[in-house]
Amino acid sequence: MNAEELIKTVEGTLINPDADLSKEIKGGCGADLMSDVLASIQPEAVLLTGLCNPQVVRTAQMADVSAIVLVRGKLPPQETIDLANNERIPLITSPYGMFELCGRLYQNGLKSFESSVADGDCSCEQFS
Amino acid sequence: MNATSNRSTVVLTDQQAESITRSEELAYELRISEVMTRNVRAASPEMQMKDVVEIFRKTGISGMPVTENDHLIGIISMEDIFHCLMEGDLNAYTTQYMTPNPYTVKDVDLVVEALKVFVATGVGRLPVVDTEGKLSGIITKGDITRGLLKVLQSKTQEEEMRRYRASHLFEDIESDRTSLILRYTIKQHDFVHGGAASSNIKRALLRLGASPQIARRCSIAIYEAEINLIIHTNNGGIIRVEIEPHQITIDVTDDGPGIADVEQAMKPGYSTASEEIRELGFGAGMGLANIARCVDSMKLESVLGKGTRLRMKINLESKDTLGESNPNSMEKR
Repeated sequence: MNAEELIKTVEGTLINPDADLSKEIKGGCGADLMSDVLASIQPEAVLLTGLCNPQVVRTAQMADVSAIVLVRGKLPPQETIDLANNERIPLITSPYGMFELCGRLYQNGLKSFESSVADGDCSCEQFS
Repeated sequence: MNATSNRSTVVLTDQQAESITRSEELAYELRISEVMTRNVRAASPEMQMKDVVEIFRKTGISGMPVTENDHLIGIISMEDIFHCLMEGDLNAYTTQYMTPNPYTVKDVDLVVEALKVFVATGVGRLPVVDTEGKLSGIITKGDITRGLLKVLQSKTQEEEMRRYRASHLFEDIESDRTSLILRYTIKQHDFVHGGAASSNIKRALLRLGASPQIARRCSIAIYEAEINLIIHTNNGGIIRVEIEPHQITIDVTDDGPGIADVEQAMKPGYSTASEEIRELGFGAGMGLANIARCVDSMKLESVLGKGTRLRMKINLESKDTLGESNPNSMEKR
């Protein structure tokens, strides 16, 4: 799915017109806790969230997120928009809620890009 | 190229979004003198219209300024030529058919000023004058497009050059062990700038030739550590990243308050964050578990009342070496 199709599917509005809309959206992830996002999201996903602070954009940047959809018509503060502009990550606001949006995207063929906790075993060793 | 039309459009095509909006930005950075055509041929008041027609025909131009002692007094466009031809008046002087006092722009103005005049008036070309009113060039929409494309191209090349240089940083330096150390000071409770250090580290790693996977793992781990410093510390802390060709070592230290039970802190879902912090989207209790997932080894040491030290290491395989030629740095060129 490309950004244009995403905006149409969520009936959303692009908040930052300077964003890079060329990135393919390969899957989706919905969460309001940023550590949950970082723990589970795979690269090149759309992130659906109710959170509006700049850390949403930072999280998206670290996790190679292709686009952010803010649910329930939320409008972020200017700091968030500025950061999204700098990083050129599309910031989209949609009037619908999280469940509705996940459903719409899933129905349009977008896969879940949330890895299950069962996959997330810690392969880390003690520091040497 | 139109300065106002694309700002409010919701959906653009990929290419438009890529180039137009950035070129709009550039229209506010570039001066008209940087994109205009110089050494423009100008007509004089003593010239006859038939001479002008001849010049148009020979050179393929479709507009020509008229100057007197280098000062602009008018412009002749195709429309003026048609007017003259319909009158059958080719022996007339240029001053009779030129458009006097045309719209002009100043060479020191920003390109966006020229765009505004193009949009407002619908003219195809604008004479450019210097501060003394002397003709210094002419600008068309085509000049602007070419000028912007040139800058866009050189900016892309600049980033490529940076990447290329950084990805070979260590090659010419001889030592028993070469490394690059990055240090960042993180303030407590600074949520607005939180993540800036991780963001800079990610960019640095990519320039040094890191694969997207390595850059992602590393920046997620550092971001979680950075957020921990912001949420939990009394006085913020320091992130120190040591980059060597075959490993990245990260050392995050603070001077308190320290963790009461390190083992419990490591458990997924365990969090001591306040309700206020949770409302900001943090405190899921996944931070340290995330870090463990992203790095190859980690060690968390803490003394209650004294401070905490988190050390992490990511090992790089030979295809992922940093600051030395590798398949990633070659690919990005």
